[in-house]
Amino acid sequence: MVTPLTATVDLVVRFPGIVTADVRPGYIGFIINKENLVEVATAIRDEFGFDLLTAVTAVDYIAENKMEVVYHAYKTTGGAGLVFRVQAERVDPIEVPSLIEIWPGVDFQEREAWDLYGIKFTGHPDLRRILMWEGFEGHPLRKDWKEPFFEEETKPFKSRWPDGQHTFAENKNPFRDNLNFPKDFDPEKYVVDKEEDLYASLERYTTKDVEGNMKTDHIVVNLGPHHPSTHGVLRVAVTMDGETIIGLKPVMGYLHRNHDKIGERNTYLQNIPYTDRLDYFNSMSNNFGYCTTVEKLMKIPVAERAEYIRVIMAELSRIQNHLIFIGMLMNDLGTMYTPSLYAFEERELILDIFEAVSGARMMCNYFRFGGVVRDIPDDVLQKIKGLVSERLPAKTDEMERFLNENEILVARLKGIHVLNAEDAIKYSVTGPVLRATGVPYDLRRADPYSIYDRFDFDVAVRQNGDMMDNYLIRFDEIRQSLRILEQALKQIPQGPINSQKAAYQVRVPAGEAYGRIESPKGELAFYVVSNGKPNPYRYHVRPASFVNLTAVESMCRGTKIADFVALLAMLDIVMGELDR
Amino acid sequence: MYGKGILKGLSVTWKRFWDTYTEDISWMMRGKKRYNTDEGIRHRSSKDTKGIFTVQYPEEQLIVPEEFRYVPFLVYDEGADGKKEVRCTSCGICAKVCPPQCIWIVRSNDPATGRPVPVPTDFYIDMDICMNCGFCSEYCPFDAIKMDHDFDIASYQRNVYNLEKLMKPAAYYADIRPENYTREEEARKAKEAAKAAKAEASAAAAA
Repeated sequence: MVTPLTATVDLVVRFPGIVTADVRPGYIGFIINKENLVEVATAIRDEFGFDLLTAVTAVDYIAENKMEVVYHAYKTTGGAGLVFRVQAERVDPIEVPSLIEIWPGVDFQEREAWDLYGIKFTGHPDLRRILMWEGFEGHPLRKDWKEPFFEEETKPFKSRWPDGQHTFAENKNPFRDNLNFPKDFDPEKYVVDKEEDLYASLERYTTKDVEGNMKTDHIVVNLGPHHPSTHGVLRVAVTMDGETIIGLKPVMGYLHRNHDKIGERNTYLQNIPYTDRLDYFNSMSNNFGYCTTVEKLMKIPVAERAEYIRVIMAELSRIQNHLIFIGMLMNDLGTMYTPSLYAFEERELILDIFEAVSGARMMCNYFRFGGVVRDIPDDVLQKIKGLVSERLPAKTDEMERFLNENEILVARLKGIHVLNAEDAIKYSVTGPVLRATGVPYDLRRADPYSIYDRFDFDVAVRQNGDMMDNYLIRFDEIRQSLRILEQALKQIPQGPINSQKAAYQVRVPAGEAYGRIESPKGELAFYVVSNGKPNPYRYHVRPASFVNLTAVESMCRGTKIADFVALLAMLDIVMGELDR
Repeated sequence: MYGKGILKGLSVTWKRFWDTYTEDISWMMRGKKRYNTDEGIRHRSSKDTKGIFTVQYPEEQLIVPEEFRYVPFLVYDEGADGKKEVRCTSCGICAKVCPPQCIWIVRSNDPATGRPVPVPTDFYIDMDICMNCGFCSEYCPFDAIKMDHDFDIASYQRNVYNLEKLMKPAAYYADIRPENYTREEEARKAKEAAKAAKAEASAAAAA
């Protein structure tokens, strides 16, 4: 059973004159008057019960001179979502009311829309650039913005064939033209003064007297961007009182490459290998999410055997991700390398399988619209069966025996960074982090995609929401994945592996689609708008780690700095996905 | 007892350490070599592996599966007089499907008629840009471009390969991908046979 595209809620009846149904072909949901957005959004949350706002993004309809902000709201009890949007004239300043009071989880996503589209969210307390740097001119996702190495609006580029003479891109000397700085900006004289905005956004207190005359002050510490605990290049500015965290702001974008813009230049097919590079631990899941979205838009079925292969690959990917999560968490806690290398052993065996079916260990590029690229050879299927029925269950047990009762581990994890269910939902947290707080929200059950409704498995839930539960829930999920795998391996039918003919150019009818899957890190969603041309008009990724990081400040306040390192590992962030 | 959990964990580490030596001994007893042999490497990457797991690169190298893909190359057939007959017809599908757009093809024209000749004059692949996705070989209708197994291409220069450097014989392709090669050859032969049968039938009909 597949949940319907949109919930049966009639906002038009509830708000006559304010809300209109979206009647553009291929579009669903409602258009809300900009002025009444906050009022309607409050009703959507409180009256209709859509408590989880998963995605906020914008689309630049330059031909109609309109800028649109799209919201996707869901219920944590499961079921279909609600799409609502506001439209604004495309004349600067473009102002849209912020929904941060209603769903605090929109914080980073609204900042992203401001950064990349230049939409001012009025009422947002900290509307700074988030992915681009402070000295950047313009808003890169606008359709009239062009990158320094700009060649053509869309791929394939005409210079490649039939008269292709190779040139190095840098020979076009982009720095002489095509690169803009803001007015009065001199890169020679640039000192990092814009950082003041960042530090001003941090919570702080004024100097206080302790017992009469000793004066104390807070201290600002920058963690990263180069720090082994940040799993890449993430910087976190922290104000501290002694060792206790008072305020905290993540600074990101060091690995930003504007995946969305690249995606809009690419054809639909060309995006598949690019999605591999988002969360590079789980390229299979990323492929899955993107292909599901485009298939929704194309309205094509997936070949039966391919559905099973997809589930097998996605679940294997989840197992290796969680094993690495456990290993890396231990690294951050100071158990250098022994647990993580034990985890890597199992991961290697799973990657061997990926390599045998797809040709690459990490950048798999294995899914195609309507199926997968090639069949699983029989010997590989045997190897998967061996791993799933013998090795992985035993090794998961061994890992638990190895770590779970370790007194140091328990002392570092138990009762630390408690996140309650209410806050987790408020901050749009998804995935294992949400489920560890006691909310059984798993997209494989709540909003089933692919063939997950055919398998018998439990949604892993833990109740306390502390670090220990976050750690233990990964073991629960590995076990559930193994259950799914066993059933999938038993049921997998023979047959074709793609419902479509192999074609290097696909036709996608005009419209929009929001496809989401339960990636190992949380909800991974793609929002794709097509205008019927060979390239997507809008291609947006809603990464799990990026949105989950929104909750980090409220989780850390009042805890010790040393635990923050463990918290970053626990949120399971991957910079390839976070910075895009 | 405080410290019991740590001891329990250490027993796992101890067992893993011990496994390496029991495995070595059991291989020795069976008169087999565990290191520097294909059998040993295969066993170390199977589900039954125990103890030491690593492969001592470069003395030992993992055996890559048939589908393993690294940068592309162009397949040529050996002609009658040893001439290299490149399979590529410069149709441009690979250049169009390439996600990072790292393929450049120069198509040649017949000087007499001015019409395109189905052979590339030159063919460039910028290996530094190539993302090894394998789309070019997947969508090539002539089995002319294939993904390589040779990953030792580090160099001090930029790697822009031209037609000469990209060409590798069909025998090499058959060697690295035997199953794919056989399947494609069979398909090609079947196609040719069908074509010949059709020609014969039409010739018979004309007669």
